[in-house]
Amino acid sequence: MVLLTLLACVVVGITRARNLFAVVVLGSAYSFLMASVMMVLDAVDVAMTEASVGAGISTVLLLGALFLTKVTEAEPRYSNTIPMIVAIGTGAMLVYGTWELPAFGIADSPVNTHVGAEYIARNYDDTHIPNIVTSVLASYRGFDTLGEVTVIFTAGIAILALLKRFRQKG
Amino acid sequence: MRMDVILRVTAKFFIPVTILFGLYVQLHGDFGPGGGFQAGVIIAAAVIFYAIVWGKDAAERVVPQWLVELLVPMGVLIYAGVGIYGIMTGGTYLDYNGLVHSPPTHDEAVHGQHWGVFLVEIGVLVTVTATMIAIFYAFAGRGKE
Amino acid sequence: MNLAIEIAAHYNYWITIFLMCAGLYIVVAKSNMIKTLVGLGIFQTSVYLLYLSPGKILGGTPPILGPDKGHGDVIYANPLPHVLILTAIVVGVATLALGLALVVRINEAYGTIEEDEVVATVDREDHAE
Repeated sequence: MVLLTLLACVVVGITRARNLFAVVVLGSAYSFLMASVMMVLDAVDVAMTEASVGAGISTVLLLGALFLTKVTEAEPRYSNTIPMIVAIGTGAMLVYGTWELPAFGIADSPVNTHVGAEYIARNYDDTHIPNIVTSVLASYRGFDTLGEVTVIFTAGIAILALLKRFRQKG
Repeated sequence: MRMDVILRVTAKFFIPVTILFGLYVQLHGDFGPGGGFQAGVIIAAAVIFYAIVWGKDAAERVVPQWLVELLVPMGVLIYAGVGIYGIMTGGTYLDYNGLVHSPPTHDEAVHGQHWGVFLVEIGVLVTVTATMIAIFYAFAGRGKE
Repeated sequence: MNLAIEIAAHYNYWITIFLMCAGLYIVVAKSNMIKTLVGLGIFQTSVYLLYLSPGKILGGTPPILGPDKGHGDVIYANPLPHVLILTAIVVGVATLALGLALVVRINEAYGTIEEDEVVATVDREDHAE
């Protein structure tokens, strides 16, 4: 719970900071805190991915982009009451919706009983792989992982098409 | 530039250890947390660290641009190739049960699953590593004229 | 006492909603493009929290099979949200990289990364034709 409150404070800091370098560093701290929260929630694979991807690659790419553009943010031109009202209104509606959700951490909510329990029960018989997340990712839901690799591939070639400089030989 | 020396000595220690750790995470993805994505990002981070400390030209001598551009689609091809090989051995697309012997008994189906997951994770590792390095090279190469 | 239990049971969801609204506010209100991309990332990570929170079972353990191999009475956390979020994280970083490449190109073309200045320049060019 303390971690979650720290997350909220870091996000408030990101909103108010004007120097973009500070925003990037605070974003990296936010990713690290998010990885810690995921560890507490028993999601070890996801925590490792969020830590390496969010606090690692994202920060490097943001710093690279900052190096190629400007470092501070300009003065706000329009007043920010309408976006604030939109954000708070959306938040109030969502809080009203979560009042009826099942409490945190019980074992017989509808999320945890149908397909999830089926995967845990059948996993060792079908594939002798102890890590259930890897076996679901690569075997039971292998098609989704193929789509994900294709998305990374597409992003890679799109960035190469946008930013690569061809050196003229000779 | 006295700070430069500290950075270089530390990097010389850290980069091989990081690549080793990335290989460990990839190959132990079946038994602990890990798998293709995490390992790909860790190995790409080691190469990016090398490029940050010694300059992009030195990094391009070790991991050249043509190699990176070759490896980016190679991982997707490995993944799709495993799927098509599944069709050739008598199952549906991406069916790992018949990969080693076909038609499989229960133990041979488990053997096929192990091989299938292993090859698929290698495909993911190759594409993720090459894409992250290619993106970094693109961003870093845009700065100078 | 009942209110304290209600708050403890739903605190995760409320922090998630706060992060979601903060991310939405950054995307809508700020005109600096890099800050918009960071706000989009905050929105995405709040959605990851929204998926992972119902998957945790109090008294459970991470979904890696121990020696009992799934048939004993050890409670494991639900692995299905973890798989979906793993895919979402990597797709999120791919989107961030592509957005940053576009911001770099916009900066080279218009000389600024503030949205309203770019819109003003495009309007001036349209009126000048």
